[in-house]
Amino acid sequence: MRATARLVARADRHGRTTLTELRGESPLLLRQVPAAGGGRTVYVVGGAAGPLAGDDLRLDIEVGPGAVVRVQTVAASVALPGRPRTVSRMLVRARVAADAVLHWLPEQLVAAAGCAHVTESQVDVAEGGVLHWRDELICGRHGEQPGHAEIHTWVDLAARPLLRQSLTVGPDAPGWSGPAVLGGARATGSLLIVDPARPAEPAAVRGTLTRLPLASGPATLWTGTAPDAHTLRGLLDGANGLSSIAVTAGAEEHRVVRVG
Amino acid sequence: MTAPTMLLLLADGRFPAGAHAHSSGLEAAVAAGRVTDLATLGDYLRGRLATAGLVAAAFAAAACRAAEPSHPRPSPSGEADQSRLRPPPNGDGDRARLTPSPGGDAGQVRRAALARLDAELDARTASLAQRSVSRRQGKALLRAGREIWPAASFDELPAAPGGPHQPLVLGLVGAAAGLDPAQVATVAAHATVTGSASAAVRLLGLDPYQVQALLVRLAAACDATAAQAARAAEEPPERLPAANAPLADIHAEAHATWEVRLFAS
Amino acid sequence: MRPEIEHDESVPHTHPEPGVDPHAPLPAAARALRVGIGGPVGSGKTALVAALCRSFADELRLGVVTNDIYTTEDADFLKRAGVLDPARIRAVETGCCPHTAIRDDIGANLDAVDELAEALGPLDLVLVESGGDNLTATFSRGLVDRQIFVVDVAGGDKVPRKGGPGVTAADLLVINKTDLAPLVGADLAVMDRDARARRGTLPTIFQSITEDPRASRVADWIRHELAHHRVASPVPVPAGQP
Repeated sequence: MRATARLVARADRHGRTTLTELRGESPLLLRQVPAAGGGRTVYVVGGAAGPLAGDDLRLDIEVGPGAVVRVQTVAASVALPGRPRTVSRMLVRARVAADAVLHWLPEQLVAAAGCAHVTESQVDVAEGGVLHWRDELICGRHGEQPGHAEIHTWVDLAARPLLRQSLTVGPDAPGWSGPAVLGGARATGSLLIVDPARPAEPAAVRGTLTRLPLASGPATLWTGTAPDAHTLRGLLDGANGLSSIAVTAGAEEHRVVRVG
Repeated sequence: MTAPTMLLLLADGRFPAGAHAHSSGLEAAVAAGRVTDLATLGDYLRGRLATAGLVAAAFAAAACRAAEPSHPRPSPSGEADQSRLRPPPNGDGDRARLTPSPGGDAGQVRRAALARLDAELDARTASLAQRSVSRRQGKALLRAGREIWPAASFDELPAAPGGPHQPLVLGLVGAAAGLDPAQVATVAAHATVTGSASAAVRLLGLDPYQVQALLVRLAAACDATAAQAARAAEEPPERLPAANAPLADIHAEAHATWEVRLFAS
Repeated sequence: MRPEIEHDESVPHTHPEPGVDPHAPLPAAARALRVGIGGPVGSGKTALVAALCRSFADELRLGVVTNDIYTTEDADFLKRAGVLDPARIRAVETGCCPHTAIRDDIGANLDAVDELAEALGPLDLVLVESGGDNLTATFSRGLVDRQIFVVDVAGGDKVPRKGGPGVTAADLLVINKTDLAPLVGADLAVMDRDARARRGTLPTIFQSITEDPRASRVADWIRHELAHHRVASPVPVPAGQP
């Protein structure tokens, strides 16, 4: 299945965010809900199971100057096997303009047994833009070993490389669950915050969560591993006080079923 | 293959570039109870090779290419990577690409290429502790390179405060020694496994014969990683491998906070 | 690396006015004299460094590099002893290989020496203290200009007779903790005789830091070596500078 979706946000002259483009197709359907403070929240609603190997999904996000957008998903995605010798792909491209804010806070990706999945994220943040970007990967549903999954995150800030990370798990990734990579943890994730207004935070580590100031900031990455999805979310939420972040609106804080 | 002895000299753990003082995360992994014996050491080395080893080898090979204009730049469509993913074209990466002006000074071209590799490697090294260690090791290798190959030029390396990243220096040292990018990638991949293995012998008291036998079993994987890195190095810098390992960041940051440690990394 | 100078035994190993530097200030370009201090575990290397810091505190621009296998331990000792500004101390991790870091692969120590000079400006003297090792450990001439080997009487009076490169070839052998000799049954005369046999004309100093907290005779020896260094080694480029 191939599907593309596109979201374009602009700020009007009163500083309110409007979605000048919001279109998708199954299984990438976009739904907006109002958010506090003039921002917009958009849910990516999976219109079908998956992604299944063979699926090719693409989401483009453009946040114009001054616009504030939060993107979430209503449930975890479960990457599943599909047609033999094919890969499911999810490509997310986002551009965040100066003074724009994008929060990308989807639910987890679960790499089910036998899956072959690639998620690519390419994010361009202009100088002065704000980005919160969360990635969480759960290696296998309960009691199973994951298939092949790759998560690639490429972020540029002010046209300079800010973050380049690829994580590969599964039978083709040597040592992925060993003591150099995940140490047996089934859940791993990170939260990137690019925000020029946020005070610089020094490197820190607590258990299996670490806070990493990036080289070409103003940006901080939290990276963690955990035995399950719930614990991982607790780590990433707790580390950053996500609930206090401005775009948060009461209506969207309902929690979806957690996997793991 | 040319210069086999030169390859052996550069890969030798006795090459004076400070390798003996680095466990590359192993000391922290041992302290956390994740590496305790030969089996867990094997898992550790496989994971390192597929992540940090691949990235270091690719950047070393790319720096060697940058130093040696005789290695032709491949067409952008060249097959690079066995990964199922073609690394993304980086959004508007083209605008960041430093295109040397036609007829520009070759030194300027190298300087720009190395600066770009430096920035790309920084973006692949989220942990400040790991960035510092890479630059310290680069500084140590640069000292050795300057002393041993006084005629070679290392001045086009970026002048970062902590030193240049180790893989970049390794690429230039390799070029000075007459190695090609694939050989430089082999040196980097080999160092990834031998450095931590040697530290494991010292930290865990493992039987050195057993550890060497483990390295022998990993030799083919090491060669495969080096070959993959050398192919990847033909791509533009933003498309070089970025394989990361969450525990590498966690181990490095934890290690950096210790009051008492035996290894510098 | 080592300046080719003869050791002039006719120059007395004492200073007319200890505590007063009679020498003209060094030209800014000359690099510091680097003195390695090695010896077995527990022989008193760090105590000697602390004593020398006391001696030279108001006299020389001093830096210290320590190589203890427990990275910060010696540095912390020196800091706690209050004998040297912590900014003048650098610690080097040696990956369980203290001898490698001072002999076979000296880059980290050279970097530490450079960093001291970068942070503090020109120095007169840098003491490089090795991690505790055995009798075979010596410094590379690429790292230090002179080396002092420290053994102690508690290690037994046969240590000088055993020899090893430290005892036989160090520029100065220090036999430490002489105050303990009666307690451990060590015969200083035997040690003196064996040291002379092993070392020929190279000097040996018996000392007790308990009795001489400034290690004044070792300090005098360093002053003397520094005078040679200043004459013979107007090295224009600090180590490691491009």
